[in-house]
Amino acid sequence: MTTATSAQPRSAEAGRRGGDVRSDCWVKVTPTDSAGIELTLHSRVEAMYGDSIHALVRNELEALGVANAKVAIEDAGALPFVIKARVEAAVRRLGIDVGAGCLPEPGPGMDREAERDRFRRSRLYLPGNEPKFMLNAGLHGPDGVILDLEDSVAPSEKDAARVLVRNALRCVDFRGAERMVRINQGQRGLEDLELVASHNVHVVLIPKVESPAQVRQADEKIRTLLAEAKIERPVYLMPIVESALGALRAYEIATASPNIVALAIGLEDYTADIGTARTNEGRESFWARSQVVNAARAAGVQPIDSVFSDVSDMEALRESVLEAKSLGFDGKGCIHPRQIPVIHEAFAPTAAELEKAQRIVGAFEEAQRQGLGVVSLGSKMIDPPVVKRAQRVLRMAGR
Amino acid sequence: MGSSSRENAVGREVPTEINGRLVTPYMGVGACRPQGRKAAAPIRACIDYPDSGDKVVADLKTALKNAGIRDGMTISTHHHFRDGDKVANPLFEAAAQLGVKDLRWFPSAAFPCHAPIIEHLESGVVHHIEGSMNGPLGDYCSRGRMRGMSVLRSHGGRWRAIQDGDVRIDIAVIAAPTADPFGNANALTGPSACGLLGFALADSIYADHVIVVTDNLIPFPCIPWQIQGNNVDQVVVMGSIGDPAKIVSGTTELTRSPDRLMIAEMTAQFIRDAGIMKDGFSFQAGAGGTALAFAVFLKEMMKQAGVRARFIRGGSTKYLVEMLEEGLTDYILDGQTFDLDGVRSMRENPRHQDTSPFTSYNFHGKGNFASMVDAAILGATEVDVNFNANVVTHSDGRLLHGIGGWQNCLFGKCVILPIPAVRDRIPVVVDRVTTVCGPGELIDVVITERGIAINPRRTDLLDAVKGSSLPFRPIDQIKREVDELCGGAPAPPRLGDKIVAAVEWVDGTIIDCVRQVLPADSDRR
Repeated sequence: MTTATSAQPRSAEAGRRGGDVRSDCWVKVTPTDSAGIELTLHSRVEAMYGDSIHALVRNELEALGVANAKVAIEDAGALPFVIKARVEAAVRRLGIDVGAGCLPEPGPGMDREAERDRFRRSRLYLPGNEPKFMLNAGLHGPDGVILDLEDSVAPSEKDAARVLVRNALRCVDFRGAERMVRINQGQRGLEDLELVASHNVHVVLIPKVESPAQVRQADEKIRTLLAEAKIERPVYLMPIVESALGALRAYEIATASPNIVALAIGLEDYTADIGTARTNEGRESFWARSQVVNAARAAGVQPIDSVFSDVSDMEALRESVLEAKSLGFDGKGCIHPRQIPVIHEAFAPTAAELEKAQRIVGAFEEAQRQGLGVVSLGSKMIDPPVVKRAQRVLRMAGR
Repeated sequence: MGSSSRENAVGREVPTEINGRLVTPYMGVGACRPQGRKAAAPIRACIDYPDSGDKVVADLKTALKNAGIRDGMTISTHHHFRDGDKVANPLFEAAAQLGVKDLRWFPSAAFPCHAPIIEHLESGVVHHIEGSMNGPLGDYCSRGRMRGMSVLRSHGGRWRAIQDGDVRIDIAVIAAPTADPFGNANALTGPSACGLLGFALADSIYADHVIVVTDNLIPFPCIPWQIQGNNVDQVVVMGSIGDPAKIVSGTTELTRSPDRLMIAEMTAQFIRDAGIMKDGFSFQAGAGGTALAFAVFLKEMMKQAGVRARFIRGGSTKYLVEMLEEGLTDYILDGQTFDLDGVRSMRENPRHQDTSPFTSYNFHGKGNFASMVDAAILGATEVDVNFNANVVTHSDGRLLHGIGGWQNCLFGKCVILPIPAVRDRIPVVVDRVTTVCGPGELIDVVITERGIAINPRRTDLLDAVKGSSLPFRPIDQIKREVDELCGGAPAPPRLGDKIVAAVEWVDGTIIDCVRQVLPADSDRR
């Protein structure tokens, strides 16, 4: 239902247009009194999908309860889920109450289950308001993709990004990558969760965490939303420490909820918070990074390192990953798909590590065969955690 | 407009008459043999040429008048300057001033900078264009505004058409970066240096009248003579014949797109895993972003394996030149140079050899280089589930660009198309290509971000890659994934009945044609 009040805008726009825009569209909706839906479409794929877009937009507006409006669309090859998201975002901006909105049909990604313990070597940030990066992200094989609603989305677009991310969660096949969403801080983050939490998000990244209460607030919100939607699958959490206080309280944060699977550090904000610049050498963040590693391990969760932002220097990336690995980190953030193979290779066990792991697992399997309760290698006893780690090393090397 | 048409061997309806000339529908690969003898230029006598060897005349207009330009003549130009050409426009301007009409322009290719020719098409100076058209000219043709039917030919096909007498050039205008007053010319030096003049070679040999236009006249002799003055009638000196910034630069950028980089890397991996990359092998790659990235990946693999190529065919760029200079290949056989490194190398390095469509691509000859190449890396706008491919139109039917050497390269031993399966909701892998430019039986491998499809005919390749970890998939599976992603199969383009361009196969038969694109009709809905 359309309720036009004097407080509501006369028209609303969403999306992007212009020469360099690809895989996105711009939508302008102007409600009218009668005469139905009048749609003017300019599309780069007019000949191939013009009819299909007309039908899609009409159905979408009907589902959102808009019966009379002038609609203008400039399309640069946006996929159906993107067009739907932009139309819904424009209608929401009109102040119309659309309830839960119009959910697209679920695609293959909606079936993949979250896993508590898995590789998190690479996590690829995808700006939540830019469809073009989302489409093929899964093809590049990152361990995780992060649909970001926070720092990579302009404040004025965060409402539209939410709808786009929700639709992307439902429609885009991210293949084997872990499906992650980074929400905003505070109240805005809770509103983000309302729209996205029940669409098979595997991990919610909570930014700029300085207290366990922040984690618990998001956690409770997620539980409530899942219960309402009658969803039993777990949604895990990854708090990000990005400040001096956060680094100090790292262990409390890492143990704030049993749903936490990893603890990450964000170095851009951290170094700014302690009043210095971020350097490649990283001495200024050494303590904080060690804190995060230590706290995460003590809490039994994975420590995850920050993003390496120079996409043109693969050699420096490799060194950075080796350094992170030597400090004890399990993963690194990335902002470009070409960083993924470099990160995976650098995290892979060395020949020496591999050989040692094979011996340990061999000893374990031998002990099992003989029905022994204790695993030994030579004269040394091997504790269960050591065996587990060795098994992980073998898995990481693909054995 | 010829009203009769027939279905050809690849299932397309093609005209049997083009601009008043009878043509043969495509009969299949190797199914059509030529007959007769080659065409030849008229016999001339030195009596009618200056003993001094000085053929320089005042300007283009004078040269055209001296050449006896008349209504209905065929005028040719080359495209070694790409979008930096400054000769074709003044050429037709001069013709217009002479009051000539109904000319056939026969460029080896036209570019967006030639948009002013539209004015001459509208005014009747130019009747039609036979040659690939880019940008505004392509749109003009697609909209059905050209009086005659265009004909699109490959580089080799254009040579063949001239050689076989299908197209008789009345006046060839050859822009030459360096020339002497006798008409000897090369493209190695001068402000508009572009490396070589292979696309103008047939014109210089077969045209009735040849005019060389230069902005760098040097005293006789101009050595080496890539164009021989003994074939030239007149020489014109102009202030500037080309824009160097657009002749050499801008095109040779590695793609930064992660999807295309992934496709390029898989292409190099395929060449390695299939055993094609080995000592003494050869390959050809274009100068597009993906092809360049492919060459860089392959170079790394060659270095690691200690493999050296016998020759690489280009489009040369600094990446190929580096491979030559680092000893990764014995030779570059070059049809077109794209950057300053290419030009420098061609000028200085005897192992960087210029070629022409005669040596590389001519199908009506005693063999050509294209069939000797072990791997040809090519692009496409569309490929269908039968591996037929399109390079001349968009999926909406609009003319995109020309065939170039593409059809000729299909005779390479392994033809690989590294292309995105879909891009910005435009499916590239489709059920049926909009325009058939090359038959599926010649296309061996399609490499996309969604998987690699090997033509089922190539059981040898399927065997060769058995141990490889590359993601091989049937092509129709890729196509179905694309359709699902886009929300359904694409609707076919809205085309009229009028044929605006015919697509020739390498042997001169007609493999498909391009129909008029109808304007979008937003009232329909």
